[in-house]
Amino acid sequence: MTPKERMAIPCQEMPEQDAVVRARNMKEVALGFTAEQAKIEASRCMQCPTKPCMTGCPVAINIPGFLAKAAEGDFDGALKIIKETSLLPAVCGRVCPQEKQCQKFCTMGKLMKNVDKAVAIGRVERYCADHGDAGEVVCAPKTGKRVAIVGSGPAGITCAADCAKAGHDVTLFEAFHKAGGVLVYGIPEFRLPKSIVQKEIDGLKKLGVKVETNYCVGRTRKVSDFLEKDGFDAVFVGTGAGLPKFMGLPGENLVGVFSANEYLTRANLMKAYLEGEAETPFWHGKKVAVLGGGNVAMDASRMALRLGAEKVYLIYRRSLEEMPARKEEVHHAKAEGVEFLMLQNAKEIHGDESGKVCGMTCLKYELGEPDASGRRSPVAIPGSEFELDVDTVVVAVGNASNPLIPATTEGLEVNKRGNIVVDEHNMTSIPGVFAGGDIVLGAATVILAMGEGRRAAAGITEYLKTK
Amino acid sequence: MNKIVAKEQLSENVFRMEVEAPLIAAERKAGQFVIVMIDEDKGERIPLTIADASKERGTITLIFQTVGASTLKMSHLEVGDSIAAILGPLGQPTHIMGRDGGKPGKVVCVGGGIGVAPMHPIAQALKAAGNDVTIIMGARNKGLFVMEKEMREIAGDKLILITDDGSSGRKGLVTEPLKELCEAGAVDEVIAIGPPIMMKFCALTTKPYGVKTTVSLNTIMIDGTGMCGGCRITVGDETKFVCVDGPEFDGHKVDWDQMLKRMAIFKPQEAAAKEHACNLYK
Ligand SMILES: Cc1cc2nc3c(=O)[nH]c(=O)nc-3n(C[C@H](O)[C@H](O)[C@H](O)COP(=O)(O)OP(=O)(O)OC[C@H]3O[C@@H](n4cnc5c(N)ncnc54)[C@H](O)[C@@H]3O)c2cc1C
Ligand code: FES
Repeated sequence: MTPKERMAIPCQEMPEQDAVVRARNMKEVALGFTAEQAKIEASRCMQCPTKPCMTGCPVAINIPGFLAKAAEGDFDGALKIIKETSLLPAVCGRVCPQEKQCQKFCTMGKLMKNVDKAVAIGRVERYCADHGDAGEVVCAPKTGKRVAIVGSGPAGITCAADCAKAGHDVTLFEAFHKAGGVLVYGIPEFRLPKSIVQKEIDGLKKLGVKVETNYCVGRTRKVSDFLEKDGFDAVFVGTGAGLPKFMGLPGENLVGVFSANEYLTRANLMKAYLEGEAETPFWHGKKVAVLGGGNVAMDASRMALRLGAEKVYLIYRRSLEEMPARKEEVHHAKAEGVEFLMLQNAKEIHGDESGKVCGMTCLKYELGEPDASGRRSPVAIPGSEFELDVDTVVVAVGNASNPLIPATTEGLEVNKRGNIVVDEHNMTSIPGVFAGGDIVLGAATVILAMGEGRRAAAGITEYLKTK
Repeated sequence: MNKIVAKEQLSENVFRMEVEAPLIAAERKAGQFVIVMIDEDKGERIPLTIADASKERGTITLIFQTVGASTLKMSHLEVGDSIAAILGPLGQPTHIMGRDGGKPGKVVCVGGGIGVAPMHPIAQALKAAGNDVTIIMGARNKGLFVMEKEMREIAGDKLILITDDGSSGRKGLVTEPLKELCEAGAVDEVIAIGPPIMMKFCALTTKPYGVKTTVSLNTIMIDGTGMCGGCRITVGDETKFVCVDGPEFDGHKVDWDQMLKRMAIFKPQEAAAKEHACNLYK
């Protein structure tokens, strides 16, 4: 096929639940391609010899390679190629910000002068992961070395799988009662079905990984105990960025103000959406303001709708363009009825005599000069205060790293933000202790966490050879 | 899974359970707590203070009152059954005067209702560190006292019992003997554990005397590891997470009114859930 012919192949639309219907249910929003659609979409790839898309992928998946297989309808073959470098394609196909990664560099998108017309790499990846079979994984012969993995998010899952494949005896420790990290407590069912995460955890168990939930490392046992008393040869710390940031607003501790972590954990992990069945209560606000502009803010606002809110405002201090959330989630949130209040921010939250939220004063902003990050920084417009009638406020302005492990691990070097410092093999300042994911990067992405878990596993295997 | 090895009913709504949890038993210090789940699928996560532990037996002791659906379900578990999940030990251990810094001195421990249970290991440690320990135990009526014998072993004749209705010990509120002790002088520290309203009034009572007053808070929690902020309160001008910064705080600095309101946030849902659970056992 000539490039012209390929350009004539229509972009495939992802089937999804109707916006009005889905805004009130928990089922997955995007339904996934049909086999035919996956083949057609994959055949839009021009197989550029320079493979620009790969440079956009944090783990450098051989994208043209797997798309070629998918175009032939060989989804098993495609999945095998993906799995050479990515462990969690069913997850990443759903949650990666593709428009900022692979698809940003796609030649098709460039030719069509629209990144939305790039090959839908993520969606084809998702199809391959959901329907392909990459075959049995074979583990290397047992090395007799024992590795402890702390935290069961994407970084921990990946590091555990790779260590098990390398023949080490692996135990995964998780503080919560369910493994999966943000994938189970944060990202909602309607975006990432929990059965997909469970499949990955079951896969780990098949590789021989022991999973110990309800185990808070630093409290139940310290990292040093693992190495000195419990016979582990190496430890990987992938504890994520689980420390909710608040804004320091007056009224932030009123009843009805939640961190997005709390709001989403109640709804997802604790299943508060199963009303009458789940024991964890949920705050059913009618008029909800969500503060923030990332994926977390999108998830919280869409969750609010699903749990019965009549009005949901998403309040962000910059403009739509600077918003860090995945484009698809922004589209979905808007279609479902979330009202976007851009260039605005909360100034003060008001409470009634029972201490419950009864309103909020906001300020309008304009964009000023670009700041150190290159983004134009928002500047408050004096005298622009206005009142917003809300009964619930969800603060989704980001997460810092949880200090528990650094505070209980002597000699573990952290930077001024509290993130663990690692070398190019993801080893920390303590020999034999590795770290990766959000605890190293600060709140980042699933794919980066996965990449770090991989690199650390390779580092661990190298390190254990020297022992 | 944590197997129940002993169970005893201490009063109408209060139970003592000894459960297997060897790692927690080995690590825990007075003042720390655990998060318990009775059902890992749809259950809730509830914080309970560790009342006692035995390294030898690898067990911890929990004393709880059937205040909600989960504690009610827990009270129906028997020896040989298991508690689905126990996470811990969580929180900062109690600072014991004389052991963790400072000279031993005169300490007054105030335990209200079931608050006597978490007070027990603290009073024990205080005594062991050479402090002069007075214990005030308060309850609505005689039938609601727990662990009187154990507390008497620690405080001897410095155990003051007080009930709302006078059915045992003095008639009145714990703040009355507390005030008298402060008045008499030479109290170095007060530790108060019990219903929030009792702790609030203990702190108000000691404030004019400038006596350091430590309280142990039991706010709503989910994870217990500092990741949700649901347990946050205002102490002085700062926001603190009870699960990691506490559970003990300076009672004179806690914003009690805000905390009481935050603790009532799910009252209607909790009442409904408890009623539902009650019906299951009828
Ligand atoms: C609501 C939400 C939506 C998101 N959406 C997206 C998205 O669409 N796309 C994307 O790419 N990224 C998204 N992210 C970011 C992404 O989820 C994270 O970057 C990623 O999960 C980080 O992985 P991790 O393995 O480092 O940590 P986590 O996933 O945070 O996992 C850490 C695990 O460690 C456990 N843990 C912590 N401390 C201890 C301890 N002391 N002992 C034992 N266990 C411990 C935690 O309970 C947790 O399970 C989102 C994040 C959130 C919160
Ligand atoms: S219980 Fe979640 S932060 Fe304390």
